[in-house]
Amino acid sequence: MNASAVTPIGAPVRRKEDHRFITGKGRYTDDLSRPGQAHAYFLRSPYAHARIRRIDTAAASAMPGVIAILTGADLAADGLGGLICGWMIHSKDGSPMKAGAHPALALDKVRYVGDHVAVVIAETLNAAKDAAASIDVDYEALPAAVDLVEAQSEAAPVLHEVAPRNTVFEWELGDKAATEAAFARAAHVTTFDLVNNRLAPNPMEPRAAIGEYDAGDDSFTLWTTSQNPHVARLVLSAFIGLAPEHKLRVIAPDVGGGFGSKIFIYAEETVCAWAAKKVGRPVKWTCERSEAFLCDAHGRDHVTHAELALDSDGRILGFRVKTIANLGAYLSTFSSCVPTYLYATLLSGQYAIPAIYCEVDAVYTNTAPVDAYRGAGRPEATFLVERIVNKAAREMGIDPADFRRRNFITSFPHQTPVIMCYDAGDYPASLDKALALADYAGFPARKAEAERRGRLRGIGLSNYIEACGIAPSAAVGSLGAGVGLWESAEVRVNPTGNVEVLTGSHSHGQGHETTFAQLVSARLGIPIDQVSVIHGDTDKVQFGMGTYGSRSGAVGMSAIVKALDKVEAKAKKIAAHILEASEGDIEFKDGRFSVAGTDRGLAFAEVALNAYVAHKFPTSEIEPGLKEGAFYDPSNFTFPAGCHVCELEVDPQTGVTEIVNWVAVDDFGTVINPMIVEGQVHGGIAQGVGQALMEGVSYDRDGQLVTGSYMDYQMPRAGDLPSFQLGLTETRCPSNPLGMKGCGEAGAIAAPPAVINALVDALGTEDISMPATPSKVWAIAQARLSRLAAE
Amino acid sequence: MYAFDYQRPAQVQDAVSLLRSLDDPKLLAGGQTLLPTLKMRLAQPGALVDLALVGELEGITLDGRILRVGAMTRHAHVASSATVQAQIPALAELASMIGDPAVRNRGTMGGSLANNDPSADYPAAVLALGATLVTDRRRIAADDFFRGLFETALEDDELIVAIEFPRPEAAAYRKFRNPASRYAMAGVFVARMDDTVRVTVTGVGQEGVFRWDAAERALTGQFAPSALDGLELDADNAMSDLHGSGAYRAHLATVMARRAVEAIAG
Repeated sequence: MNASAVTPIGAPVRRKEDHRFITGKGRYTDDLSRPGQAHAYFLRSPYAHARIRRIDTAAASAMPGVIAILTGADLAADGLGGLICGWMIHSKDGSPMKAGAHPALALDKVRYVGDHVAVVIAETLNAAKDAAASIDVDYEALPAAVDLVEAQSEAAPVLHEVAPRNTVFEWELGDKAATEAAFARAAHVTTFDLVNNRLAPNPMEPRAAIGEYDAGDDSFTLWTTSQNPHVARLVLSAFIGLAPEHKLRVIAPDVGGGFGSKIFIYAEETVCAWAAKKVGRPVKWTCERSEAFLCDAHGRDHVTHAELALDSDGRILGFRVKTIANLGAYLSTFSSCVPTYLYATLLSGQYAIPAIYCEVDAVYTNTAPVDAYRGAGRPEATFLVERIVNKAAREMGIDPADFRRRNFITSFPHQTPVIMCYDAGDYPASLDKALALADYAGFPARKAEAERRGRLRGIGLSNYIEACGIAPSAAVGSLGAGVGLWESAEVRVNPTGNVEVLTGSHSHGQGHETTFAQLVSARLGIPIDQVSVIHGDTDKVQFGMGTYGSRSGAVGMSAIVKALDKVEAKAKKIAAHILEASEGDIEFKDGRFSVAGTDRGLAFAEVALNAYVAHKFPTSEIEPGLKEGAFYDPSNFTFPAGCHVCELEVDPQTGVTEIVNWVAVDDFGTVINPMIVEGQVHGGIAQGVGQALMEGVSYDRDGQLVTGSYMDYQMPRAGDLPSFQLGLTETRCPSNPLGMKGCGEAGAIAAPPAVINALVDALGTEDISMPATPSKVWAIAQARLSRLAAE
Repeated sequence: MYAFDYQRPAQVQDAVSLLRSLDDPKLLAGGQTLLPTLKMRLAQPGALVDLALVGELEGITLDGRILRVGAMTRHAHVASSATVQAQIPALAELASMIGDPAVRNRGTMGGSLANNDPSADYPAAVLALGATLVTDRRRIAADDFFRGLFETALEDDELIVAIEFPRPEAAAYRKFRNPASRYAMAGVFVARMDDTVRVTVTGVGQEGVFRWDAAERALTGQFAPSALDGLELDADNAMSDLHGSGAYRAHLATVMARRAVEAIAG
């Protein structure tokens, strides 16, 4: 697709931003340096739990190159508030969640290894590190609550006095009585216990921040690795009290991936901005990879017991779930909504389940904070639903595909018992297409052939659903959100007819500079290289809620569509004056305004020029210029869904699992750019396979992080994955103008149960926990072989 | 990293002199272990003696049946060398499996051997092939070189100049990679010499690389995979960590040994 062409929706346009990235011209926060900048290094707690008796910085402060050493006491003295959690959850008994104080630098206690004790500002990073090693901290080590389940016991050490038994909230969703009634008449009950493993987010670019203070106008600028710079500004202003919004500019330049971990407002950027005024110098911090393992908010980490009630035909009657969710040592920015409204609301999966009841206890432990990570709650829900459904099918002797088909939701809209109202979908269609692509019918022959080679072959399905396009503002407000989740856009048409789109969405790998420009190109009939997309700067873009939860297409682009509607309407008025026709007779097609039924018309650029020249229309009726803004608040979530099929082989001698085929059939609604969508699906599957087979954050009993580097934390590599067979089905999303649903998280949500269900099939046991590492799989395979030998 | 003195000699003897005169010096070869250790402030040497300019340490030559690899020869060079591929293809294959491309283009054979990481690959080849380590002052047989975890027979001021490998009749290396780090979780090198078989295991033993005597005896008697039937390694002496128990590693070694023998026996 030529860059100077008009790019229709649905065309695989090459990414405009990639020239910059692959030629090393990207500008990330760490690439930036400010005149006179100093360097920050954070002294971090070596203890999982300790009281700080005293911090003596005298000797360290006297070391060469040290500008200042600041502690929590300095922050408190300046009246800065702590970090916040922006979503209020109420317990069953109506009480609000128990949020412990979260100072950006510790005051009296540290609560996880890596917690922030002090910051050294120095001329060089090495000088700051040298000084940090000389800070004398008198710790009183305390017993740590590390294990999620034990943390709730009366005997466990308490992290925050406000939260007895380390319990943040005890929340519920659904109809308990109706669910119990369903179990009372069940012919079969499938029970299931699972652990959803804790993950480290691992974006390619580590977090970074530069704070700068301008004494001339008493204003701050913060460059930071953020998925939502306006939200960061709002939190830093309204809650932390750094500066009023109009005196704080937050810039998130090129950002190299986030996966959720850069949504949150962390201690480091808060401290850099504040310290810049304190020391009168720009202050820069770049996270090292080992710090990222310690301190970037982790994801997942659930322990769940669930039961599924079934009738004698394998139809689901009810679903009962009890989950304990680890939130780590402090409540991160959106942590509380992840194991509640982003989790339990998806427990109906793709299935018509008459009654669901879910209880979630959220728990503090002496570990890093846990918050949203690619999928955020929805992978946890899908893993549970797709694993228990698979188990139920096996127990009842029903083919897993048939079992799913019996229980699919087939008419829309469908109100689930857990808030969500699914608006559109065709689940049998994606299942059928996936089974055909995967040659499901031919699997038994492949399994037999593999057995002759000494390999255990398995096939597994995952029929996922997720809720994207987050989210209708009033709806999330009623559920406890502290903000609305609309999006804004501004379309600026220049006099020469090219266009700048300002968006509140933030691209950190998603390709917005291409897809958003593609939309504008198609709509206005101008070449895609005539469109620029501007994002990530609070001084340029008026406001925005940022990018996460696959919301940039369904919500962010819908705002652009609204702004484009206004641009077109105004341009038609102007064209009508110039063409001396009535406004109602003006048609806009292929970049040309014309009078219906005539050959008279004007190119888009001609109208744009006239809008600014303003000679040919009455400015008392029509303002000069062509620039329109819009806010779009979605009326519903969107519901991408699909079916993934994983086929794999286990080498029973080593426990190595090789994925030999992967089919993904997804329904994302309207697809703007299939190439970018495929990339999102590929990456998502890779991360999901990572969770299933490789990744797992591990702490020891004392709360020391065991998986603190890539020597021990295994990430998926390209060679670990097969070539994917992708397919699409399409049901248009009825709630937004483009009919889009979102694709960013689907792979990460769908993949883990597909892999584990395939392993279950290969190994003949349900008892397979994630990550299913070679050593674990070997032990299971050996047990199976000796069982078979005994039979 | 902490500050340190930095020297870059051009001759082996100058390097040795610097090791004697500098305060708490360390040799820098490819730096694939040393540099990350320095960056993470886990080591604080007084000086680095960088061997990058000592040209005589680099290169691969053949002298009759002896393959000589200079200590500063990079893994990528060993992997791609036509000489190595022709003389001891198993050694080239082993080199191609070390770490990742970045590591292979910087890491050196001498650096790896002097470090003697218990999960490194080269020690398995050097010990199995009965190589000789040539230093600035003497020749050390592989059997005398490896002295336990990160310990070798090298003196503090001694540096490896080259490694001399006799050509085996046949050899093979099979490695089970640590899924995260790609170090050997169990690497087995089988070398079939004129009248004997040597089998070494890396990534398993708590004391580093070792010769698996029982397997050597069995295979010297009859070189076939079935000769290994029933042979087990003692799991109590095997390393155990997050990635696998001692029993798993000991088992993996038996599987890798069998696969190495199969690769040779065809």
